Amino acid sequence: MDFGLNEQQEMMQTLAKDFLAVEYTDKVLKAMVKDEKGYTPALWKKMAEMNLLGLSLPEKYGGVGDFLDLAVVLEEMGQACFLGPYFSTVVLGASLIMQAGSDEQKQKFLSEIAEGKITMTLALNEATDNYTADEITLKTESRGGYYILNGAKIFVPDIQSADYFICVARTKETDNPVDGITLFIVDINTAGITVKPYQTVAGDKQGEIVFDNVKVSAKDILGEVNQGWQYIAKVLQRANVARCAEMVGMAEQALKLTIDYAKERVAFGHPIGAFQSIQHRCADMKIDIDGAKFATYQAAWKINEGLDATKETAIAKAFVSQACKRVMHSAHQVFGAIGFTEDHILHYYTKRARVYEFSFGGADVQLAKIAALYR
Amino acid sequence: MDFKFSPEEEAFRQEVAAFLEKEGPKEWEKKKVSFFDMSGQENWIAIHRDMSQKLGARGWLSLHWPKEYGGKGLSPFYRLILREELAKHHCPGYHSLSVDFAAPAILLKGSEELKKRFLPGIASGKVMWCEGLSEPGHGSDLAAIETFAKEDGDFFVVNGQKIWTTYANFADWMFLLARTDRQAQPNYRGLTFFLVDMKTPGITVNPIINMAGHHDFNEVFFDDVRIPKENIVDSVNRGWYVAMALLDYERTSDLGYAIAETLLNDIVECARERDMLDAQNEIRMAELIVECEVARLTHYHVTWMQAQGKVTSYEAAACKLIGFESIQHVAEFGLKVFKQYGLLSDKSPLAPLYGRISSCYLRSFGHSMEAGTSEIDRDVIAQRGLGLPRLR
Repeated sequence: MDFGLNEQQEMMQTLAKDFLAVEYTDKVLKAMVKDEKGYTPALWKKMAEMNLLGLSLPEKYGGVGDFLDLAVVLEEMGQACFLGPYFSTVVLGASLIMQAGSDEQKQKFLSEIAEGKITMTLALNEATDNYTADEITLKTESRGGYYILNGAKIFVPDIQSADYFICVARTKETDNPVDGITLFIVDINTAGITVKPYQTVAGDKQGEIVFDNVKVSAKDILGEVNQGWQYIAKVLQRANVARCAEMVGMAEQALKLTIDYAKERVAFGHPIGAFQSIQHRCADMKIDIDGAKFATYQAAWKINEGLDATKETAIAKAFVSQACKRVMHSAHQVFGAIGFTEDHILHYYTKRARVYEFSFGGADVQLAKIAALYR
Repeated sequence: MDFKFSPEEEAFRQEVAAFLEKEGPKEWEKKKVSFFDMSGQENWIAIHRDMSQKLGARGWLSLHWPKEYGGKGLSPFYRLILREELAKHHCPGYHSLSVDFAAPAILLKGSEELKKRFLPGIASGKVMWCEGLSEPGHGSDLAAIETFAKEDGDFFVVNGQKIWTTYANFADWMFLLARTDRQAQPNYRGLTFFLVDMKTPGITVNPIINMAGHHDFNEVFFDDVRIPKENIVDSVNRGWYVAMALLDYERTSDLGYAIAETLLNDIVECARERDMLDAQNEIRMAELIVECEVARLTHYHVTWMQAQGKVTSYEAAACKLIGFESIQHVAEFGLKVFKQYGLLSDKSPLAPLYGRISSCYLRSFGHSMEAGTSEIDRDVIAQRGLGLPRLR
């Protein structure tokens, strides 16, 4: 048992913390929430130079570190409420290509991701968002060397800025929903694609993709034909744990802001943080955050070791989702009216945390998974 | 980062499990007796003492003590593994008050002479201790206790009363916090930590039955009880520091999550047999699995800190708080699942799990009070852990 960070993880943590403190101030965050794409190419370039974009990728493609290093950095990004196609590119795109890609695909896409030349995302959800294989119905038609795609994908993260996306499509109808799913790497500029950006309360970037006879070469199939769900199942675990790491960071920052405020805001002649009603709320926030962190890193460690992390991931996401929500609500209560204003930074965290909570399955989805494991 | 046990630790777990399957009380395994309601069992003290000596004979009550005092010098994770297995096997014998309360106080603050006198008895499982801290007027506000010890030659003479003294009805020794200076400011600087033979003349023990109908608590009266000066741990008026040193161990001694998990498994197994686990209860079960897992990791974290020799501050309080409250939530789940059946006592043949549901539920009211109330735990977390200012 070891709950400590190793040297490499400590280094990544410091590097990310220092970088974000300078480059990702509250002012930048507020501007990025209003920005159409939610990030700037200048910032992306700096992140590439610092090797942040190659995190968890193999060295031969310009990568560095492992999934635990990535989790440490994502926690820092959560603290800064970082917005941008980092999660979609590195956690979704890169890890799918790493898992399922041919040597040629890896060489091309992973190197370009690490260098900051391209961004990527994953088009998974359709009409519903239970994250199960039976939800995948996007039609494909095989015509020799290529496929024709028709249908729509919704809730696609960072589609506004993606150069490529991985499309999860149905290539065979069978009784087993897991069988017959194929992944395609699609260039966003392919004819027949229409992107409709969403307006979300959190200002995070997502949208839908409509496919009108989109022609994709068979060479752009990622992994085995009809066997694509296995890669999605794995990436869903990484995605959920990565979301947990971000939410842990966001909750940590919300508690830090709350404690600072409770020490300085005076009422009835005392800082409000001296009153038990406030102290006990803050104590509960701390307990939640510590537990959230342990559950997240346990799952991240399992994934990193290549062990089965099905249960640990579901436990982490179920707990972190609920804990993070409690922390945010308590933070608002301690801040009182000032935290309820648009000018205040707190609601940026509150809103984004709710987005992360539900993406890839919130607490209810995870609890159902856990219950099934014990049946 | 590493979230697994070492091969040696896993081997120890196997060894313990095999031993308990063979040597643990069969009747308790069948009835799925839980650690905190063992006093509801017939003849339980003899069974508890017998098992304690079996554990002591294997050297399992002093696993992480230094070798020079008869320990094995192992990491505190061995103690945790032993207790996880004891919980899983519904097995008594681990007398926390001796092993995790009295022993650390003596190990950390006692003289060489005290260590030599008292540690072997604890390690053997033969000598059982109780804790003389709370008084009728002072529980959470421990520093204000009034039981007074007056110096008289080579002795101190104690008069006063302790209350909520768990297992004083059969304990051989007590560690006692008493006031030795009434003028000391702040008041905690006037307290001394004594080791008291329960056979000393002048000690009277009266039972207090809890709402589960069990006899765990007692009130203990001291009427001119003479304690030799060599039984003082640390020195006169430094008892508060001894009590504080042992409190973090007390808070991490009983594995709330492991007791909760075992009870949860027992409830689920019985509910499935009776076809009483509907879809809604299954989701609640999943929530409790999550809660126990988080409490487990919180406990592992503080144990890791202890293993590293790191100073714990708020972590032990957080660990105790959520571990013990997880038992309450699981006990409540028992009622949610079994409804009216869950309120039948162990005397009713219709009662699920031999009446464990009702007795664990009733016993669970105490879990947010013992070893420091949940409110005091939250104070500790806010003040020591988060640096929030103190009003008092």
